[in-house]
Amino acid sequence: MLTAFAIFSDGLVYAAYLFLVAVGLTLIFGVMKILNVTHGSFYAFGAYGAATAAGVWYDRGLNDAGGLLFMVAFAMLIGLVIGIVLERGILRFVYGRDEVVVVLVTYAVFLILEDVLVLVWGARSFTAYQPMIAAGSIDIGDLTLSNYDIGLVVLAGALAAFCYWALKYTRYGRLLTVVIFDRETAAAFGINVRVLYTVTFIIGAMLGALGGAMMAPKISVTLGIGVEVIVLAFAVVAIGGMGSIEGALIGALIVGIARAASVHLVPQLELFVIYAVMALVLGFRPYGLFSQVQPRKI
Amino acid sequence: MKRFHGTFVFALAAGLTFGSVAVAAAQQTAAPAAPPVKLGIVSFLSGPAASPFGVPGRNGAEIVIEALNSGKAPAPYDKVGLAGSKIEIKWVDEAGSTAQVVTEFRNLVQRDQVDAVVGYISSGSCLAVTPVAEELKALTVYFDCGTPRIFEEKPRKYVFRPSSHATKDSTGAARYLLAKKKDITLFSGINQNYAWGQDSWKDFVGAMGVLAPKAKVDKELMPKLFQGEYGAEISTLLTSKSQALHSSFWDGDLESFIIQSGARGLQKRMPFIGTTAESSIGRLRDKMPDGTIIGARGPHGPLAPDNALNKWFRSIYMDRYGTAPTYPSYQMALSILGLKVAWEKAAAKKGGAKPTTDEVVAAFEGIEYDSPSGNVKMALGGGHQGIQATAYGTYRFNKQKNEPEVIDVIRFNAECVNPPSDKTSEEWIKAGMPGAKC
Amino acid sequence: MRMGSTVLGALAFAALAAIAPLLPPWLISLATIAFANALVVLGLIILWRTGLVPFGQALFYAIGAYAVALIGRYTPIRDVFFVVFVGAVAAGIVAYLIGFLLARYREIFFAMLSLAMSMILYGILVKTETLGSTDGFHVEAGSFLGWRPQGGTRNLAIFWLVLAYCAIAAWLVAYYFRSVAGSLTHPIRDNEIRVEFLGVSVDRLIHLKLVVSGVLAGIGGALAALAVQHVDPAMSYWTTSGGFVFVTILAGAGSVAAAFVGSLLFELVRSIAVTLVPGEWQMILGTALLLTILFLPEGLGSLVSRLRQRWRRGTAP
Repeated sequence: MLTAFAIFSDGLVYAAYLFLVAVGLTLIFGVMKILNVTHGSFYAFGAYGAATAAGVWYDRGLNDAGGLLFMVAFAMLIGLVIGIVLERGILRFVYGRDEVVVVLVTYAVFLILEDVLVLVWGARSFTAYQPMIAAGSIDIGDLTLSNYDIGLVVLAGALAAFCYWALKYTRYGRLLTVVIFDRETAAAFGINVRVLYTVTFIIGAMLGALGGAMMAPKISVTLGIGVEVIVLAFAVVAIGGMGSIEGALIGALIVGIARAASVHLVPQLELFVIYAVMALVLGFRPYGLFSQVQPRKI
Repeated sequence: MKRFHGTFVFALAAGLTFGSVAVAAAQQTAAPAAPPVKLGIVSFLSGPAASPFGVPGRNGAEIVIEALNSGKAPAPYDKVGLAGSKIEIKWVDEAGSTAQVVTEFRNLVQRDQVDAVVGYISSGSCLAVTPVAEELKALTVYFDCGTPRIFEEKPRKYVFRPSSHATKDSTGAARYLLAKKKDITLFSGINQNYAWGQDSWKDFVGAMGVLAPKAKVDKELMPKLFQGEYGAEISTLLTSKSQALHSSFWDGDLESFIIQSGARGLQKRMPFIGTTAESSIGRLRDKMPDGTIIGARGPHGPLAPDNALNKWFRSIYMDRYGTAPTYPSYQMALSILGLKVAWEKAAAKKGGAKPTTDEVVAAFEGIEYDSPSGNVKMALGGGHQGIQATAYGTYRFNKQKNEPEVIDVIRFNAECVNPPSDKTSEEWIKAGMPGAKC
Repeated sequence: MRMGSTVLGALAFAALAAIAPLLPPWLISLATIAFANALVVLGLIILWRTGLVPFGQALFYAIGAYAVALIGRYTPIRDVFFVVFVGAVAAGIVAYLIGFLLARYREIFFAMLSLAMSMILYGILVKTETLGSTDGFHVEAGSFLGWRPQGGTRNLAIFWLVLAYCAIAAWLVAYYFRSVAGSLTHPIRDNEIRVEFLGVSVDRLIHLKLVVSGVLAGIGGALAALAVQHVDPAMSYWTTSGGFVFVTILAGAGSVAAAFVGSLLFELVRSIAVTLVPGEWQMILGTALLLTILFLPEGLGSLVSRLRQRWRRGTAP
């Protein structure tokens, strides 16, 4: 019973983490059909930005809750700037090229940004644990849960609900839904697809940075964190169905619970679990759980 | 317009290619009056291993070589450079595939004609470079990689490793734990799922089996390298009644785990034994729980002996970089000093002339010398593998002084925690660590 | 014209082999790795012509390499021709088996699934402690039909071996591109259904391409293992696959020769970048890739055809 509860709660926390890092990726893919490797850089820049902000804030001895807000705001500001620069400066020149070539463009930018990170912050690691420590913990039976983790789960849930609402009920969201479904028809109806691309990419970048900022208090912010996140986020998005927000949520939950179960029950398998789930799901649903219907052109 | 761009890119690529040939040519023709000694120094300058190991190692090399070149190092290292010749450094990044690491090693030796190569952090790099170094007859000194396999698989001629290998980290940890907690019955481990983590855990369990046969292993956790999120692992440990938790985590993973497990009160239930935890105490400060057992992969950092060399090394390092040197810096310092001792011994035999590689190799074998982290004896692998004493201590954050402290330090003789020269580490632990002098 | 490029290619390989002893040894070992990797790139070009880009080609590369390493570790067989053959066959079998699944996928899904496959192999290799986990293990030096060269001669011999495989592979691939199956690559990319209407099974064609590219990657991995004399699980990691795709884009799918030139250029640029700016070499690589994609959409190979066109325009009236 205790183990079952632990698997459930650990799975939820891990799923929240996965959803936070995958949601921006799936949004960009859904609208722009770009598998964005730079997403790892957004995450890393978000985490580094948040750690810097934490340093500035807590060195002045300001209060804890405000610190987290400041970190998130600063990280998302960085995401905004990088998003604008990349979309306007590079990506708009390769729209319409092969999907895979665009992936390579983002891969090239990712390589460049990895070194920009070193140039800006140096080859050293940072911590921003203050919000995590300040949040404290609660005891449930033999288990101690961190309130910060519970907060992450709530945030991920709220973000999923917000995305769902925004796509369904706002003007911008409905426009996006149309573009996701068929961009040519959307353009034919007079929707300014280019503007939507720019806005979506920026939102995706800010969501990536948000993921980094929210994880920064839990981890040591160090070089290479972006690389780890890319493949993880790819796997989640592929399982859920590329470009689908619900898919990312379900994918994150499946992977999160599967991983927690394997750590508790069969730790030997933990290394494969994500890829095994991915291969299994794709074996039965080739385009993921929540994939769009692909029209075939004759 | 398009054609113009194409030509431009091609010209750029061609320019880079010819540029490199020109660079290589220039390096071969430059020949000043008193030829300097060229060292290739290889360390992680990018990627996740850069900040904990690569850059501290690089920094250690930089200040030690500067001090040697200006002749300002304390005796017996006060001669300029290596036997009077200044040292010239060629930095190389260790990041990249093994094929790239090997290619860069060949480039250093064959294209840049360095006199010796000092470096390598990843055990995989060391294992791959070793046969190439032997083939090219290139003097190579490893400074950080830990696998005992290098000298246990085969005798080597041109490869040296003055820092002792990883076995002592695990045997020392077991001995320290038992010195502090004699009646331990249950322990767990969390180690990264790659060679270093797997070997560390295997050696630790082996040593515990010899020293405390009654103690049983409870949880055996092997998360992926750089996983970053340890919720499930911490829950598993919270449900365990273990009395100690062994870990060879380093840097990012270590700090992430300490922060996340600290927030969930794990350390109140079982003390944490971190075999590399020393390199993180400067950043974690009061978030590293009191009572954590701290290792530094040897007697480095706060576990280093209080001698003149250590004081000198610490002070020049702090002056330059503003932080205390961590163990990779110490390992780099002792590796370069070992090379200097061997080099000067060989040069002395020739009346001060520049020794050949074979002469330095002959002089290097089996030497014993002092370093900032104490005495080093090239005792294993036919005189190619150093052994050192090791030390473990208990962490405490001193609130009055607002600085970290390591107390209750216990030193273990080199012969107590390292295998003898006629046995491999694995055989020695399996046989019950015979001949250990403690 | 066709005969012309075959003869030209053969001459180029022969000339390289002939001048090899005069080149500096570091350049030989760099070129050995570059050409071994070029075989993988050749396989990627075959797939890319149909619009498929696997992000997990390192799977076959690692299988070829580990096959060679394991033979050296557990058997007394050292002959390079035999071990490379085994590496190729092993990679081919794996490609054939997972081809049943992979051949149903297209576009980014194909890329992702092949990535998952290679990461599963990576996980298995990391878990296998008897093979040294992430540290990997040593590959025994090979013999060439009984001849066992040492030191510098050995490196030259391996280089010649790699050149020989490259020459044969280049010739076969060029031949394949002209065959019926090969000519259908571009049509598949443009419109699969029309190709199906011609009475050809697209899935089976793609399955065939997968096996061919898998075999090429296996040979590349086997040769790289012999040259580096060490194998480790990182050979199957996704960044290794990413590197191959990188070179493929750099080279372009236009010609067979581009794979070799592109791969060599990539290794040279990387090596120079590491020397000149040890800490920021990734930035140089990324910039090079970005510039290529932006200004040379068809890759370096297109430079050759452009020059050829210009030359033709210049000579013909």
